[in-house]
Amino acid sequence: MTRDLLPLFEPKGIIIAGVSSHPGKFGFVVLHNILSCGYNGNVFAVGRESGMLLDQPVLSSINEVPHGAADLLVVCTPVQANEELIRSAAELGVKAVFMVTGGYSEAGGEGVEAEKRIVELSNELGLVVAGPNGQGIVSTPMDLCAQIVAPYPPKGRISVASQSGNFVSAFQNYANQYGVGISRAVSAGNAADTSIADYLEWFADDKETDVALCYVEGLKNGREFFERIKDVTKRMPVIMVKGGATSGGQRAAASHTGSLASDGRIFNGMARQAGITHARNIESAFEAAATFATQPLPSGGDTLVLTTAGGWGVITADAITNHRDLNLISLPKDLMDSINEMLPPRWSRNNPVDLAGGETRDTIPDLLEVSASHPSIDAIIQLGLGIQGNTASLTKSGPFYPDHGLERIVDFHERQERRYAEASIEASIKHQTPVLVASELATADPSNPMVAAVRESGRVCYASADRAVESLGHLVRYRHWLNIQE
Amino acid sequence: MPTLSESRSRLLVSEAGIPVSNWETADSTQEAVSLAKNLGFPVVVKLCGDEIAHKTERGLVRLNLKTEDAVEEAADELLSSVTADDGEVTLLVSEQIRGNRELIVGLVRDEQFGPCVMLGIGGILAEAVADVAFRLAPLSRSEASDLIDDLSMQSLLDSFRGEPAVDREALINVLCALGDLGSDQEVLSVDLNPLIVANGVPIAVDALVETVEG
Repeated sequence: MTRDLLPLFEPKGIIIAGVSSHPGKFGFVVLHNILSCGYNGNVFAVGRESGMLLDQPVLSSINEVPHGAADLLVVCTPVQANEELIRSAAELGVKAVFMVTGGYSEAGGEGVEAEKRIVELSNELGLVVAGPNGQGIVSTPMDLCAQIVAPYPPKGRISVASQSGNFVSAFQNYANQYGVGISRAVSAGNAADTSIADYLEWFADDKETDVALCYVEGLKNGREFFERIKDVTKRMPVIMVKGGATSGGQRAAASHTGSLASDGRIFNGMARQAGITHARNIESAFEAAATFATQPLPSGGDTLVLTTAGGWGVITADAITNHRDLNLISLPKDLMDSINEMLPPRWSRNNPVDLAGGETRDTIPDLLEVSASHPSIDAIIQLGLGIQGNTASLTKSGPFYPDHGLERIVDFHERQERRYAEASIEASIKHQTPVLVASELATADPSNPMVAAVRESGRVCYASADRAVESLGHLVRYRHWLNIQE
Repeated sequence: MPTLSESRSRLLVSEAGIPVSNWETADSTQEAVSLAKNLGFPVVVKLCGDEIAHKTERGLVRLNLKTEDAVEEAADELLSSVTADDGEVTLLVSEQIRGNRELIVGLVRDEQFGPCVMLGIGGILAEAVADVAFRLAPLSRSEASDLIDDLSMQSLLDSFRGEPAVDREALINVLCALGDLGSDQEVLSVDLNPLIVANGVPIAVDALVETVEG
């Protein structure tokens, strides 16, 4: 049963309990962030210091909030105050609670008991309680940033649930860097009442989410998690990073199988069986999520490499060949014939399709069109773009610019770069074939017109061919998993 | 946790539908020799008992015995090596399965994920190579097939040194049967190490089952 998390992510009004006038305190920052990022609903600040705070009146008690005016409570007050606070909030019509407050089960001792009481209370009152010990919630469709930290990400289709608040920030930082945005993001904190599985199930039904991205440490019930996530991955890609090795010590010593069941191998198998995209680290997890969010899903792993740079082509061919889910397809005869008509005979006549400098003004867009439309080609990796833009950049900064015809050639180079990038995206969308553009210029010089154009289109320019191969591999594996589901 | 003797373990997995090399048990050297004649040479003779789990380490496995004399000698030696701790023992005589490839498969109960099926490359280097993968039981046929694809050494599953490719359907049958054993709460773990790939078909030549009760 999917829990209704709408009041958490789309509140009509928010009460912040425990606001502070000290700009370094959580109770200040969360109010500041809600007010600063554009949230349009009612905001009620409740705190001990009366007066105005960030142009908001500070209410001395939650009971001053009008009934029905808010459905989300953000809790920054100490442990001992919170049970009464939550009861009062429920009476006012609050449906969801985000608990920033620490000192619960993570602190041990009495905190464990206090957390149990919070869970009992949420069950009794029918509330959704997120946290405690969490960083907050982001919901870009609502312009909502109820976090005790930064950043606030661009709008997008990726939703994040993480057992580490830090990684919520990290994923949002990457969203800013890549320009591929976030829809919902939640730091699950101690996940006392609302678990990662609860969030993922809700994301699967959420109209504002296409891809789920999560970080998981401990699982309270691995088997149940497996059963639930398997159902989510049938509906949307789930990218996961797992922290912490699984425990392996308790198994019977007599069994070889038991001794081999260490180092997270069972988790790895579970993830693959459940159709989870299991990323090896945080950065590649974000890149995988960004790829799922911005590229069509390929129908298989037969991959074509288009390059104007020989070395990158060779390295990429190696990476594809070494990838278990990808295949460096042999050039189909009819595609070979089409390319022969476009290029002088010195081109590679093989996959990678290396233009070997034989291209003219329209070759690259034309090549993209015939390749992306070819029924045998499942995906394309495009390399070597950005060279003209790079040349233009040096030319522009030199002492001879704009004379000697340099202005004209710089314009031409920059225009061509934009055209290449646009052509790759156009062909990709038109034929529903993933086209992943990779260039070190993505990070070396993001102002390169090719890199900038890819970014403006909403897609990722991969910082290396290997990273494009890795992300493409995730798409192909997920497609394969979908295909084998009964 | 109690382990079942190899003979009882073989019976359990064979009833679950997993192919096991032909075997019988004997109480005496005499009987072992006559069983060997019936099975056809060469044979394997092992000491078998509920308390005997690590046969290879103790030298309690005699492989590739080609004659009656060889069986007689091996059986005598095995019986004389019995210690007081071994409890009730018998001689297990089985046909010698030939094949260049060995797999290891097993069932284990994980605290987090419950019953899990393992498949790996077997043989004496199994634990060092550790080319193994797990799935949560029970397994559908396509999940079993994907488990096979998860191994790194895929080339070992193709035709190999004059032997045909591993019979995929047969291996899927083994993995699914093992997964189904996961629903038997009495069975704690199963080790089939090794499964010898004979003419493409995987056959268990050893079995070790741990149960809740003996």
